[in-house]
Amino acid sequence: MNSAGQFSVSQFDAGLLYVCPEIFLGLAACAILMLDLLLTDAQRRWTGVLAVVALLITAVLVAVQSVPVKIVALGGLFELDRMALVLKVVTLLVVAAVFVYSTEYLQRRAILKGEYYVLGLLATLGAMVLISAASLITLYLGLELMSLCLYAMVAFDRESGIAAESAIKYFVLGSIASGTLLYGMSIVYGVTGSLDFAPIAAAVSSGLGDNIGLIFGIAFIIVGVGFKFGAVPFHMWIPDVYEGSPTCVTVFIGTASKIAAFALAMRLLPEALGGAQPDWGQMLVVLAVLSMAIGNVVAIAQSNIKRMLAYSTISHVGYVLLGILSGTPQGYQAAMFYMISYVIVASGAFGMVLLLARQGFEADRIVDFRGLNARSPWFAGMMAILMFSLAGLPPFVGFWAKLGVVQAVLAVHYTWLAVVAVLFSVVGAFFYLRIVKLMYFDEPTDTATIGGSMLMRTVLSANALLGFGLGVLPGTLLQICQQALQ
Amino acid sequence: MMFHEHLLSLLICVPIIGGFIALTLNDRNAKWLALIVSGASLLLCVPLYASFKTGTADMQFVERSPWISTIHSEFYIGVDGISMPLILLTTFTTVLVVIASWVNVHKRIAQYFAAFLILEGLMIGVFAALDGVLFYVFWEAMLIPMFIIIGVWGGPRRVYATIKFFLYTFIGSLLMLVALIYLYLKSGSYELAVFQRMPLSLTEQTFIFLAFLAAFAVKVPMWPVHTWLPDAHVEAPTGGSVVLAAVMLKMGGYGFLRLSLPIAPDAGRELDGLIIALSLIAVVYIGLVALVQRDMKKLIAYSSIAHMGFVTLGLFIGFQIVGHTGRTSGIELGIDGAVVQMLSHGLVSGAMFLCVGVMYDRVHSREISDYGGVVNTMPKFAAFMVLFALANAAVPGTSGFVGEFLVILASFKANVWYSFLAGTTLVLGAAYTLWLVKRVIFGAVGNDKVAALEDLNGREFFVLGMLAAGVVLVGIYPAPLLDAMRSSTQHLAEQMLVSKIVP
Repeated sequence: MNSAGQFSVSQFDAGLLYVCPEIFLGLAACAILMLDLLLTDAQRRWTGVLAVVALLITAVLVAVQSVPVKIVALGGLFELDRMALVLKVVTLLVVAAVFVYSTEYLQRRAILKGEYYVLGLLATLGAMVLISAASLITLYLGLELMSLCLYAMVAFDRESGIAAESAIKYFVLGSIASGTLLYGMSIVYGVTGSLDFAPIAAAVSSGLGDNIGLIFGIAFIIVGVGFKFGAVPFHMWIPDVYEGSPTCVTVFIGTASKIAAFALAMRLLPEALGGAQPDWGQMLVVLAVLSMAIGNVVAIAQSNIKRMLAYSTISHVGYVLLGILSGTPQGYQAAMFYMISYVIVASGAFGMVLLLARQGFEADRIVDFRGLNARSPWFAGMMAILMFSLAGLPPFVGFWAKLGVVQAVLAVHYTWLAVVAVLFSVVGAFFYLRIVKLMYFDEPTDTATIGGSMLMRTVLSANALLGFGLGVLPGTLLQICQQALQ
Repeated sequence: MMFHEHLLSLLICVPIIGGFIALTLNDRNAKWLALIVSGASLLLCVPLYASFKTGTADMQFVERSPWISTIHSEFYIGVDGISMPLILLTTFTTVLVVIASWVNVHKRIAQYFAAFLILEGLMIGVFAALDGVLFYVFWEAMLIPMFIIIGVWGGPRRVYATIKFFLYTFIGSLLMLVALIYLYLKSGSYELAVFQRMPLSLTEQTFIFLAFLAAFAVKVPMWPVHTWLPDAHVEAPTGGSVVLAAVMLKMGGYGFLRLSLPIAPDAGRELDGLIIALSLIAVVYIGLVALVQRDMKKLIAYSSIAHMGFVTLGLFIGFQIVGHTGRTSGIELGIDGAVVQMLSHGLVSGAMFLCVGVMYDRVHSREISDYGGVVNTMPKFAAFMVLFALANAAVPGTSGFVGEFLVILASFKANVWYSFLAGTTLVLGAAYTLWLVKRVIFGAVGNDKVAALEDLNGREFFVLGMLAAGVVLVGIYPAPLLDAMRSSTQHLAEQMLVSKIVP
């Protein structure tokens, strides 16, 4: 339906042009699924190669789309703005990197199956649909497509009991979250009488702001968003799922799905419910403070690096929420910059865990990083860059992310929140430093040579160096985020 | 004059790039590269000093180019009479550290020298930065190489010490960051000069001042947040201790000079009593604590805290002078004294740590009781050690005297009791330093290890000789130094006196 309430076939057809990256990716996923049947196990690597190529082509297709400001297509279901373009390109590139990191890991565990890539591609497609949603229906559709693929990916290693357990947990909690979100959406629909964001936004800002029904709906939406983000108190699934999943799936959940969660929050809260910012802003304050506190403090007690990174994700989500809750364009830009930089750094950190893993050895304990500097000074340096960046130290990209969100909350006079945020980042610095300490100050207990194909090593190094490069010259990425959300 | 226009960025970049190159080299080549690069930085300081115009408080060698347009932050650097000498001190110290560490580092040698080179560039960056974000980036980035230096090449409890060092400084710095962002949101620019000109209410100034205090008090370090320093010094390798004492502690004093006093002068006037009280506690109480130390490095670390108390005392005594006498003469005296004290302490404490390092390399102990009668086997070394000890005790004719004398003079103008308490350092400083010398250097040969000591070799003699020359030169002829910084300190004194509160 367009805003006039009429449906025109010719307009719909014209709109298909804007969806062509998504269509391409969907077709590519189907084609790869079919092709995979024809390959023998020895040739299975080619599935991964094709999947990466498909992602890169899609990224190019997205990047060449020119968007004046905002296009709403397909009868008001699909929207393309600069934020959507940037987030899609980042998602596609990150997933491509994840596939590169995963291949050897899958091979060594004898679980290199084409389905991993196909599910990954479809999850990416879901994320793209979600990012471009202009209506509650599309949003939910994209979210569920992504989530269902992720549940299957977590359970992908059939032999592993812990993976099956995580998958059940993830599925049950994820379904509850989706249900809650859907319930909130239905209330919003009931109050505003529309499913499309533009009419909802118009209704909310024209005096529905303190409608008790709307606030009720928003509360449910916040719960759903909080679940998908993994913000405290809806974070319970994160550590278990991160630890239980095969590492190559953890990195997928930890990166691509976080961008999708960010898009979910941005589409629902500022775009559709912008008029009710004072309401959801206050709810997010609670979520943000709790996430920063619990995430940073509990991470200290972890001995498993995947669990540690899980709690670190939770704390970083708290910082992203700081940007969103400020309710200003600067805040949204800062949150977007934070999310992108976090995803870049986190994919590198999980990539390092994948690099150190080998046959029968997961390298998922923190002590497995002991003495890495003696084994490989180069990769110890890369990991140090990633850790300092997560800790938010200059001159690494994480610093600018933190600077942006702290600036955003100070601009709306939440000085106490800014102080809380920086104090918890000191707590956070401790456990990132512990990894640096293990790598540099301790002697290695494990002297196996570090594997990894040339391609993986190159991509991983480039990924980590990006965390340094964007830290020295963050101007371009900051500008991209600024243009994306003006 | 392309060269002069880019002199400062060269001074920052050459060591950092050199450090990264050193990481890729083998140990032998990295060592030579470190010597060449640090020597080149010292040479770059020659035109910096020679072309420096005294008689103006304006920034010189200014470079300015856009950096991050979205937050209006620029790559904006320059020096005045306060930062120029500190940059000289940094490059001078780094060369000496490189030479002093030539043979006594045994593991990961290339990384060791690379860390010191990168650290040098970042420290120069702190002193040169005129943009708030740039300043913060250098200030914070500096922690990383120091964290690695203490943690990798340090003593048995190095992990505890280095994490404590890192977290203490990090927590203070982040509060400073919040204050800087607040100032930016109010002014729309990160330029420090804009912050200094901007009117602020007393409440705003007080909070900003306290946030800065959190960062700088830890770095100075002031009592009661000094406890990281003895730990860090004891565990750090000799080179790390020297850089820490000689340059990094000066960052705190420099922060007060560049940020706290000019940006929040009214808050400084309100809270001067607090700072002066903390400074006097540092001078008297920490002086007494130094007296009972058994570990030489710890003793020097505590003496550093006491000496840095003079720096903060000198900076803030001006407010009391105005308050008690109504006259403004004497303010510069305090600031001059503070800056000279910073430089002098850089030379003297660096030299003292090197002396301990020389003995430690031979005996592998820092306990005072393991020595005795070193003069009998190491006469040349003993001569140097006694000279530096005298400078540490602020004997006239050494650099230590100039700064302390100026500060005591200034505090006398404010209140006799302040100068009385500050003056106790002349007794306490002499007591703990000379008692150390007595127990370690003089007397009969303490044990077999001391009997087997060999005197300084040429390399050590050169390093200590250079420092001795610096100590004596500043002590007997401080005029060039005072001339270079006079205009800048006068300018600062004016900034301190003008209220920024909007009526």
